[in-house]
Amino acid sequence: MAKKSYRQAINDAIRQEMLADPRVVVMGEDNAGGIEAPGEDDAWGGVLGVTKGLMPEFGRERVLDTPISESAFIGAAAGAAATGLRPVAELMFVDFMGVCFDQIFNQAGKFRYMFGGKAVTPLVVRTMYGAGFRAASQHSQCLYPIFTHVPGLKVVLPSSPYEAKGLMIQAIRDDDPVIFLEHKVMYDDEEDVPDESYTIPFGEANLTREGDDVTVVAFGRMVGLANAAADALEKDGISCTVVDPRTTSPLDTDTILECVEETGRLVIVDEASPRCNMATDISALVAQEAFGALKAPVRMVSPPHTPVPFAPELEDAYIPSQAKIETAIRGVMAH
Amino acid sequence: MMGRIEPIVMPKWGLAMTEGTVVGWEAGEGDRVDQGQDILEIETTKITNVFEAPAGGTLRRQVVHEGDTVPVGALLGVLADDEVSDEEIDSFVSGFVVEADDGEAAGEGAPEPRKAEAGGRTLRYLEMGAGEGTPVLLVHGFGADLNAWMFVQPTLAEGRRTVALDLPGHGGSQKDVGAGTPESMADTLSAFMDEVGLERAHVVAHSLGGAVALALASAKPDRVSGLTLIAPAGLGDEINHEFITGFIEAGRRKEMKPVLGLLVADPSLVSRDMIEDVLKAKRIDGAEEALRTVAAANFAGGRQAVLLRDALAGLSCPVEIAWGEADRILPASHAEGLPEAVRVRRMADVGHMPHMEAAGEVTRLILAGLE
Amino acid sequence: MQLSRDDLVRAYRTMRTIREFEDRVHDEFAAGKIPGFVHLYAGEEASAVGVCLNLTDKDYIASTHRGHGHCIAKGCDVGAMMKEIYGRADGLCGGKGGSMHIADLTRGMMGANGIVGGGPPLICGAALSAKTLKTGGVAVAFVGDGGSNQGTTLESYNLAKVWDLPAVFVVEDNGYAEATPSAWSVGGSQVKRAEGFGMPGIEVDGHDFFAVHDAARTAIERARKGGGPSLIHVKLARYYGHFEGDAMTYRGDGEVDTIKGGKDCLTLFRQKVTEAGLLEADQLDEVDAEVKALIDGAVGDAESAAAPGEADLVTDVYVRY
Repeated sequence: MAKKSYRQAINDAIRQEMLADPRVVVMGEDNAGGIEAPGEDDAWGGVLGVTKGLMPEFGRERVLDTPISESAFIGAAAGAAATGLRPVAELMFVDFMGVCFDQIFNQAGKFRYMFGGKAVTPLVVRTMYGAGFRAASQHSQCLYPIFTHVPGLKVVLPSSPYEAKGLMIQAIRDDDPVIFLEHKVMYDDEEDVPDESYTIPFGEANLTREGDDVTVVAFGRMVGLANAAADALEKDGISCTVVDPRTTSPLDTDTILECVEETGRLVIVDEASPRCNMATDISALVAQEAFGALKAPVRMVSPPHTPVPFAPELEDAYIPSQAKIETAIRGVMAH
Repeated sequence: MMGRIEPIVMPKWGLAMTEGTVVGWEAGEGDRVDQGQDILEIETTKITNVFEAPAGGTLRRQVVHEGDTVPVGALLGVLADDEVSDEEIDSFVSGFVVEADDGEAAGEGAPEPRKAEAGGRTLRYLEMGAGEGTPVLLVHGFGADLNAWMFVQPTLAEGRRTVALDLPGHGGSQKDVGAGTPESMADTLSAFMDEVGLERAHVVAHSLGGAVALALASAKPDRVSGLTLIAPAGLGDEINHEFITGFIEAGRRKEMKPVLGLLVADPSLVSRDMIEDVLKAKRIDGAEEALRTVAAANFAGGRQAVLLRDALAGLSCPVEIAWGEADRILPASHAEGLPEAVRVRRMADVGHMPHMEAAGEVTRLILAGLE
Repeated sequence: MQLSRDDLVRAYRTMRTIREFEDRVHDEFAAGKIPGFVHLYAGEEASAVGVCLNLTDKDYIASTHRGHGHCIAKGCDVGAMMKEIYGRADGLCGGKGGSMHIADLTRGMMGANGIVGGGPPLICGAALSAKTLKTGGVAVAFVGDGGSNQGTTLESYNLAKVWDLPAVFVVEDNGYAEATPSAWSVGGSQVKRAEGFGMPGIEVDGHDFFAVHDAARTAIERARKGGGPSLIHVKLARYYGHFEGDAMTYRGDGEVDTIKGGKDCLTLFRQKVTEAGLLEADQLDEVDAEVKALIDGAVGDAESAAAPGEADLVTDVYVRY
């Protein structure tokens, strides 16, 4: 087992599934890059290099570059999935869902239900999300609550390289449409990742810390920050359970409720804008199902309800930080 | 006794351990302790275990206290003769420098698992130590891997070569287990010994690995200089069917936790990380199928299919057996009625994992068997 | 003419089935027996049948909100379709799709589509599957003149061209996008749009089954042989409104009657094959009677079929959740 980056873990997963299953194809803008240009083939391997090396190994028939035409190729991926392929399509930035959302939520996400259970749509849409890259309002959003809202879609938020590989292989093998969200700030994070293929089931939360006082539910990149906050507070005698739900759809509500029952206090860390996000969703769940267990009001750590700003000082103030998470945890401990 | 002042430092149990938490001291300041006596309990993310006094003497100082978390190599306490002054102890404590964990810092020195081809399969193994001492081969049980020996292997490695491997289908080894019987795995084991240049070794084996070791010693007596078998399979037909099927079926943390609890006398020892490590191993493609094949070949219908009492009786090498009285997987009664030459150690309040639950005692037993 | 007598009977029977189906749905809807939105295909039969007679089950089509005709032409079961339109448990989609979402992937029918312009990207995908898996299949997108202005459609022309897909785009121009004439809403020409994307385009009279069939055969064979995508602009007319209940106040006096009188695709077909001595009028009358009985039966069955149960509400969202 070697240390691998988040980027390499995802590349590994796709590559191993392409080797294992000839129906797996990859498509997206510059997934190889340089097609029929005078310079290098596989010039980019994706805008941040995640699919680098796949085209030389599998050829242009299975690693398809696309025009900048998200409606057409995301729709094509949906159509291909319904007719025998297992496409992994890259929507470069999740912010671009605006130009192709119909193909995801009205087409791919509804085929099975509209067609009376007779359609199988094994589509993976990979997409980059999140703030912290100084990429400003149109390249920094989270938006996963929107996908989570749509019945028929599964939504995955891997929080580390190990998680990313296992969840990606699961996504490719899954027969339902999956939105796989990669946090752009995490691509160079490294940890031990098995060389072998492995899958992590959807809908099973991971407990990255176990404690008695506070349950912290965090998503994607926020899991690492929540762990750091929990470790820092441990030294002050506050022990936290950190729950990484891994997937927002399906959502492991059982584990969240069990942890809240055990600790009686809940902090939810969600990088998505604060109205109708995962934090509000889980707050409602806990208010409904575990109200009696609460010793303190639920605290949500989310950005303000603004677009993501550009200036580094503003963006840093926007993103939930370890310090804000610690403050929220101390806040619920005060009750 | 020793060089007047003997530090007690945070041990490194397993490759992944970087720090540990003191659960509590079992010896108080001023108490006389013997070498090997349990003096404090340490919790890592993997497991909680008792730490034994590295030497005899008086426990003069507890440097870290209950609940403190410190890095590997940090000073936990001080043992010294009574004539050493408090001032000397103070200056020893204040002058103590934590040695860099060379495995972390330099990336060399700390052993890393390697791969070998044996019997047409790729097997993962971890080698530690060198020297003139009898080499030791460590063989884990059903569903485990070479990390099972994390508390035992470092000590055994002082003065001898030790090799712990992952059986076929387990850990980082290839998932094809072939027939999955003790005999077929013993064939793989001897091919592995050829490959890593272990002509003859003392084999330490646990549970299913015990049956494999017995099959090996029986088929290739010249390869085995002695056996230490820990709760070995093959000495009776009972086995906890609930454990075997539960271990295979459990895909989720919540399902796996009670299953792993069956392994040890005190289920609270089962940590979040231990569960996660087991699940990680099981998630690898082919791992579950491999376990099913092995279980079907050895424990079909909840009974042990392969009985090796005769094989044991026919061995000429020395054999020691350790068994926890509280074993809920293979009953300790299987240690009864064995040939007289076989030395049996039954351990009170220990479950199916003596090499983890009572690592010090098991290590001493192995070392005694090597002499 | 390369069609056998059997082919001709089949073509006529399918067109007649669509007409009868739509006329009955029109009546039953007016009688208040059918819930929801219904968009009828009557008048356009020669297009669906002229194209689909060149296809087999390994070929895919994507349809529009006006999808009944495409479904029938592609081989969907008429009884199950009628039940679906009635919202019945044993409808083709279990009563979960309705008129606008009828699909049968086993017949290569990827669904009517409630989103104008929703189908062309899907067809690029089906064509990609055929090309990658080397099935020899072709994929056809039906799109209206309204849908021809959607970005998805224009993007799909481009994608089909750059990926060199076995795809055919059939623009069924019935003259109106809802209540807005295509003469006003479509800039340039459909054929020149195709040419602008580097693919062949042809305009045909959609009242003439044989013209559509010929153009479609050429386009589909080209695609099947690796010759890439092309476009057929079919000019035709719908007899009913955009949706059932549309009073068609935007249409001229007698506009529909004039078309029905002079250019009805079924009448033209009948004239042509009987005058050429290929089929007898009796034979066609017999088909008419059989089709009428079939649709009567389908309506009767649909009326008496059971509605889905409440438990069905939450099934079929995911393969596994």
